[in-house]
Amino acid sequence: MHLDHSPHGPSAVSADARRADGARRALRVGLGGPVGSGKTATVAALCRALRDEFSLAVVTNDIYTREDAEFLLREAVLPPERITAVETGACPHTAIRDDISANLEAVEDLEDEVGPLDLVLVESGGDNLTATFSKGLVDAQIFVIDVAGGDDIPRKGGPGVTTADLLVVNKTDLAPYVGSDLARMAADAKAQRAELPVVFQSLRSEDGVREVAVWVREQLAAWTA
Amino acid sequence: MSGAALLVLADGRFPAGGHAHSGGAEEAVKAGRITDAASLEAFCRGRLHTAGLVAAALAAAAAAAPTPSNSDAAADAPDALPRRCGWPPRRLGRQLMRAARATWPDAELDSLAREFPKGAHQPVVLGLTARAAGLGAADAAYCAAYESVSGSASAVVRLLSLDPFEATAVLARVAPEVDRVVDRAVVAGLRVPGEGAGVLPSASAPLLEIGAEAHAGWGVRLFAS
Repeated sequence: MHLDHSPHGPSAVSADARRADGARRALRVGLGGPVGSGKTATVAALCRALRDEFSLAVVTNDIYTREDAEFLLREAVLPPERITAVETGACPHTAIRDDISANLEAVEDLEDEVGPLDLVLVESGGDNLTATFSKGLVDAQIFVIDVAGGDDIPRKGGPGVTTADLLVVNKTDLAPYVGSDLARMAADAKAQRAELPVVFQSLRSEDGVREVAVWVREQLAAWTA
Repeated sequence: MSGAALLVLADGRFPAGGHAHSGGAEEAVKAGRITDAASLEAFCRGRLHTAGLVAAALAAAAAAAPTPSNSDAAADAPDALPRRCGWPPRRLGRQLMRAARATWPDAELDSLAREFPKGAHQPVVLGLTARAAGLGAADAAYCAAYESVSGSASAVVRLLSLDPFEATAVLARVAPEVDRVVDRAVVAGLRVPGEGAGVLPSASAPLLEIGAEAHAGWGVRLFAS
């Protein structure tokens, strides 16, 4: 929706592909998934893998602290001015789906203050299997689950598992210790998602985030094409 | 006047960022001032007659005769709108602006957004939003007065696990007072064009303001305010 075409008009309303000054805005990729599945670790690994190629920023949606933002700052994956925390009023899925205003504001402030940006990663607070991002906030979404959360999660489905543009099954290194059957998880995910991609990853291994980084590069290539 | 448009604007699900704010209730719960439905009711009553009245009068004034800069400056006067009163007014004003412009595209809203790219005061934006929606001064005042208590009540449901039926009954018991506050607010708001912003009520709630300052410094909290 373009409500204002003037070059120095008010900022864009929602998911406009262009900013108020006419420049194409950054691609926004959401990362959601249950508590402890490795969303923040994946964001950190993606930042390390992509920061030399692209101009990046991160928005975190902590549920009741700034811990995720502070983890990213401590790990120094990006300069501090490129990391913003949004407070979510005890309801992380509301802030990424039903009322996205605070997140949109954070994304636009980042573009104003450190831009131009190529990519903004929006990390959801740890939530349940129904939490998905609004298309008004992100252009593509990654849902992160892990093998230790139970190998029946892909079978159970839910909007995150079923509809995310990329499903990441994290912590595959733990599978032998928690009795998770990776082949079964892969088959269940295939049944739920048809042709939508699934990546099994362990961030413990060298370059563990490589496949997800490749996927993000593809999204960026399509966005800027 | 359109009754249905008023319901759209007053709906708690209207995506203008309010869900992440408790209006000072989180601090009051932690301090032991809200422990049950009765103390929630007392809190709401206090909020309604201070922050609620001031916000409702500003909203009515802006809806009646939009001189946004003047209204916004009036809202900044130290004795007019207590600086926090439990809501961060400009941030919520910016978020309401985004939702309003997408919902009721309007030249006056565009011009206010251009003048205050980082947000005008929320009640002023609310008044202009009401105009854009074809609503009047009393409608704007109703939205402001009602949301001064409804946001806190729903926050307390999450903070105390208070029975949601009890919380809603609190709002019903306060409703006749909301009517009276709206009457006062509209009378004051309609005098602004002729007599200036000095006629607006300036009721303040020192404990809410002190609590808001303390809350802003907490390391761990569920709500942004």
